Amino acid sequence: MPFVWKRILGTVPSLIGIVVITFLLSRALPGDAAAHLAGSAASADAIAQIRAQLELDKSLIDQFFRYLVDLAHGDLGLSLTTGQPVLHDLATRLPASLELGACALLFGLGLAVPLGVLAASPPEPWVDALCRGSSAVGSAVPVFVGGLLLIYVFHALFGVLPRPSSAPAVMGSTVVDSLFAREWVAFRSSVGRLVLPSMLLGLLALAPLARTLHGAMQRALGSDFIRTARAGGLGARKILYAYALRNALLPLTQGLGGVLGLLLGAGVLVEPVFGWPGVGAYAASAVLASDHAAVQGFVLMTALLYVLLNLAIEIARVALDPRVRFEG
Amino acid sequence: MGLFLLARNTRGVVGESRFAWAAAAVFALLLACVAFGDLLAPHDPFAADGTARLAAPSMAHWFGTDALGRDIFSRVIVAARFDLGMAVLAVALSFVIGLAFGALAGYFGRWIDRVLGRVADAITAFPLFVLAMGIVVALGNGVSDMLVALVVIDLPFHYRLARSEVHARRHLGYVEAARLGGNSALDVLWSHIVPNVLPAMGVQAVLRLGGALFNIAGLSFIGLGVHAPAPEWGLMASEGASHIASGAWWSVVFPGLALVLAAASFNVLGDGLRAGLYPQRRA
Amino acid sequence: MTALLEVDDLSLVFRTPQGAVRALEGVSFSVQRGEILGIVGESGAGKSTLAHALMGLQDAAAHIESGRIGFGGTDMLKASVPDLDALRGRELSMIFQGPRSALNPVRTIGRQIEDVLSRHAVVRSDDLKRQAIQALTRVRIPDPERRHGAYPFELSGSMCQRVLIAMALACAPALLIADEPTAGLDVTTQAVILDLLLDMSRSSRMATLLITHDLGLAGEYCDRIAVMHAGHLVEIAPTEALLSRPAHPYTQRLLAATPALGSALAGLAAIPGEPPDLRGELPLCRFRHRCERALPACSVPPLPWAAVAADHLVRCCNPV
Repeated sequence: MPFVWKRILGTVPSLIGIVVITFLLSRALPGDAAAHLAGSAASADAIAQIRAQLELDKSLIDQFFRYLVDLAHGDLGLSLTTGQPVLHDLATRLPASLELGACALLFGLGLAVPLGVLAASPPEPWVDALCRGSSAVGSAVPVFVGGLLLIYVFHALFGVLPRPSSAPAVMGSTVVDSLFAREWVAFRSSVGRLVLPSMLLGLLALAPLARTLHGAMQRALGSDFIRTARAGGLGARKILYAYALRNALLPLTQGLGGVLGLLLGAGVLVEPVFGWPGVGAYAASAVLASDHAAVQGFVLMTALLYVLLNLAIEIARVALDPRVRFEG
Repeated sequence: MGLFLLARNTRGVVGESRFAWAAAAVFALLLACVAFGDLLAPHDPFAADGTARLAAPSMAHWFGTDALGRDIFSRVIVAARFDLGMAVLAVALSFVIGLAFGALAGYFGRWIDRVLGRVADAITAFPLFVLAMGIVVALGNGVSDMLVALVVIDLPFHYRLARSEVHARRHLGYVEAARLGGNSALDVLWSHIVPNVLPAMGVQAVLRLGGALFNIAGLSFIGLGVHAPAPEWGLMASEGASHIASGAWWSVVFPGLALVLAAASFNVLGDGLRAGLYPQRRA
Repeated sequence: MTALLEVDDLSLVFRTPQGAVRALEGVSFSVQRGEILGIVGESGAGKSTLAHALMGLQDAAAHIESGRIGFGGTDMLKASVPDLDALRGRELSMIFQGPRSALNPVRTIGRQIEDVLSRHAVVRSDDLKRQAIQALTRVRIPDPERRHGAYPFELSGSMCQRVLIAMALACAPALLIADEPTAGLDVTTQAVILDLLLDMSRSSRMATLLITHDLGLAGEYCDRIAVMHAGHLVEIAPTEALLSRPAHPYTQRLLAATPALGSALAGLAAIPGEPPDLRGELPLCRFRHRCERALPACSVPPLPWAAVAADHLVRCCNPV
């Protein structure tokens, strides 16, 4: 238990850093910050109102405290495009992005682990080639190019999957929602729209995961305790899973943090292409509309999510590595 | 001069397999595009031919045309200068600044180390692409803003590498000897430690080029930094995105191919340099 | 009485990018049931290589060029992998140096012992835990019930070595190969571990192959000692005979270089020269260039086995 508290406390410096940087970003604009936030079509009154609200005429330190107070109240400003509070916009779209991310991770891990294990034991040439190949493709092709190619292949060439709408269709009609509502038509259509982007992101995640696992498996298999296991006559399967893989999972969790950061960023490039109604699509259209509050809100939220996910991984490591419990 | 030596060493190291030679050829091709792009392009990259919009690849237009009728082949070649140049510039700046601060932190330690370390940690608390987005938007969505963003997100990597490399060498024999000989700390740092740290860091910097390139393309794809009608690979892909569902694959595939080839040749170059620096025997 | 282990003219080569390393050449010896045979020699003499080859655990780059290893009724070099796996841990066990890294760090020591037990199906599955605890008790680990659930990082080096011994002996093997089992442990712990091995060996009539660079240690615990030099087995004799009447010039110098209690360091004589590089051209007798008793006959093949006494063999043209 003290271990968990220590890890939670350990996130505080990151949280402080995130808040400071996002604050600086929101005030970084040359020129009148209020005018930028109000948008180019705003009246002088609206601009003045925002200036007063955010206390932009006060000193930077005062502004920072104002910013903190606003954050504590969940006030991230108003979106120019939707007219809604940014927090509300993000909150309604977050579940869809989480769904996509979770599927992508499942896909990526689901492929990385078998590939990593197969490649290690005794390495068959085709498995090794498949492993390296998918790894190479995942890291060689930029994710938005991959997405567009997938759309071309599956929609234009084969006409298999539904045409991705350029604007997010219905808010919240994602897989889980339609499942709970037992709306089967919506469910099928959601799943259909989920397949391609989660495969794409999964491949993106696969490359670093497979590489990490492959290296970790090789190191584990070269360890002294494997020799002991072989000297004890233990079977190949037991050695591979209970001895080698189990030890290789530890470095894999460390690699997972980096992969999550990759996925969070890639969401912005993939969701708009496939018309997936998540926060990434929201951020992309906010960028095009110069909706500063929305973009900065997205940056802040994503960063906080990243910290939270890394914390979860850290805590999960306790289950995997008994040595960690005693580090305190 | 250093770059020239680097290039020659690469030839010696990389030229051991056919694959490596192919990569070197691609790299040379890219360099040619950067240097002579304007001359190599058969059409004016900005000239829009209203009669040939979204034309498939043909003898007249090797890579086809985009939605405005512009020749994609010419645009891809000319875009090389911006994309590759920006990637190299961003990584180079990041490298130099990171090296400078990292060396200071690694050598002198104490509060410099702590403060700079915190700054680096704050930056890496963000998913880096998202932070880059935020920076570009916050600063005004121009090309120079994109450069700033790219440099900032790559800084922690170079900073930490420099810091750990310098820190590890702080108490080595030759360093202490130089200090005892009366040289100032900065002098020792500059003349003795940094030259030893440069090769390893240089290789890592080259390996970052591919990532920087993808960041540039990604940011442009969502409309940051570069704007129409400038030719840039990511922007071209985004312009072609609305038409790919109806079958106009060439507007996306060729810029995408350029990105893939450029990143791949950066990586091969980096791997070759690394192999040259650290020859490993395969058991 | 047929020997438990018979090694006949074993030669092993490592294939490396730098050339072939002739790590073992013409090694022949046998081990009887219940005896403790020591294998001594300098670092790089091939002792560990030999041990790994006996278990079939040699490196992927190792290539056995000739020879035969007979264990019980099995030709180890021709046996299939499943057959070898069935033997290892059951009839033939090995413990290594560096005990802390030799245990799986994410698995309790109890489970690791149970893995060996259940693999060889010697025990009913509901009895596994009890048997594992019993194995820990036999190697005199204090508080074995609690230690059963401990992880390797919670134990000291000597405790880890005891656990490894427990694992190796769990199925009562006929032969235990101990490769420098006490390297890195302090002297008192060394004595404890070796006393334990000696004890278990005597009580279950288990043969032990004790590999060590420490001639004094071998002298204290072994029934017979074999001396290795640069990949050759040069002399083999009962302990008392080897220590008092060494026949091979190398053994003689080895003894002169071994400190004994009460002797002055100045009285020790280093062996001149260095072991030969096993990659290059090698003379017939690999000790030739360090030997004062070398004769022209030493270069004439074959290198003979001379019998100094009935059970005292030496590979030399000009034994002492």
